Amino acid sequence: MFEYYLSLFIKAVFIENMALVFFLGMCTFIAISKKIETAIGLGVAVIVVQVITVPVNNLIFQYLLADGALAWAGLPEVDLSFLGFLSYIGVIAAMVQILEMFLDKYVPALYNTLGVFLPLITVNCAIMGGSLFMVNRGYDFTESVVYGIGSGLGWALAIVVLAGIREKLKYSDVPEGLQGLGITFITVGLMSLGFMSFGGISL
Amino acid sequence: MSNVKNILLNPIFNENPIGLQILGICSALAVTTKMSVALVMCIALTLVTAFSNLFISVVRNHIPNSIRIIVQMTIIASLVIVVDQVLGAVAYEISKQLTVFVGLIITNCIVMGRAEAFAMHNPPGLSFLDGIGNGLGYSAVLMMIASIRELFGSGSLFGFEILTLTTNGGWYTPMGLMLLPPSAFFIIGLLIWALRSWKTEQLERSDYKIGGHTALSRA
Repeated sequence: MFEYYLSLFIKAVFIENMALVFFLGMCTFIAISKKIETAIGLGVAVIVVQVITVPVNNLIFQYLLADGALAWAGLPEVDLSFLGFLSYIGVIAAMVQILEMFLDKYVPALYNTLGVFLPLITVNCAIMGGSLFMVNRGYDFTESVVYGIGSGLGWALAIVVLAGIREKLKYSDVPEGLQGLGITFITVGLMSLGFMSFGGISL
Repeated sequence: MSNVKNILLNPIFNENPIGLQILGICSALAVTTKMSVALVMCIALTLVTAFSNLFISVVRNHIPNSIRIIVQMTIIASLVIVVDQVLGAVAYEISKQLTVFVGLIITNCIVMGRAEAFAMHNPPGLSFLDGIGNGLGYSAVLMMIASIRELFGSGSLFGFEILTLTTNGGWYTPMGLMLLPPSAFFIIGLLIWALRSWKTEQLERSDYKIGGHTALSRA
């Protein structure tokens, strides 16, 4: 049983890396990877939000939205799965807001580090994508917890690595038109090529 | 009149949402292995951007500033649900291939970005055109990437064989790399390079200039 969850975790971090294999959260991934410190802050925030939202959305899907999920309320024929997108984004926005207030009150140090990144996370595709993949693949509650940790960690790992490379890259002589955005994409492409090698691992 | 034309055409080359504003690349890369899939994604995104801009612009004077993000999200999410349901009914096969990426239009930064930057300050008609223009700018880049990837990766365009594959007795050995994720990054990086060499005002200056070689006498 433990092995199963471990392989799910490894798969979420490396083989199906959110940023480098599924291109999720690219906008923030490219925009906020100029410095290692900020990248770490954002990475931690994504992990925290991902770990909370994926399981919560899992519960909402299982007990409210899925076909026949409302049987406990005496409504076995109701299928609300078309409301999925709206509920997930609502949960994500609410969770981010609650987390922000909670951190502000009880963990001010972390709140100051995360700062502006917390509200940004609402529109991070990696968070929404995590919830949608969870529904798409039919994970149960425990699996969704593991998947949430794994996918968040994978994304954080990718952005920290990219920030490290970009910090060194700014001292290099890049052709004019390629400076900034262009070379960043090519760097990400090479990283993604590196991560492809994990694809050969069979778990 | 020229104003309308600018709003519609500027986002395609001059202020391309993907090339310059780094918006909406998330989906730009994932759905571009086949042109037909990319085309459906483009149409879906253009419609959602245009209509979300229109509706948000209509209610822009009634939205309290503190909850505007939630209001925008709700409008966008509802539109995406409509698109998703229509796709599931009309083009089931393609909607299966797009998997989660239709849902991810909600968090696509282009939709949100245009709603926040343009629709909140402009009348409905212009906002609608701005949405169409940005949708077209996104589509232009997406279709370019998709055509390159499909042509070299599987030797076809829109599923019609252009380069005869060796497996069908032809001469072209498909480049497998083109169908893998990294190629999308390379192609988009090179596209940006090409765009910026043409429109030089979009260049980004680097933080450090490389100095010349120090002359031996002064070393």
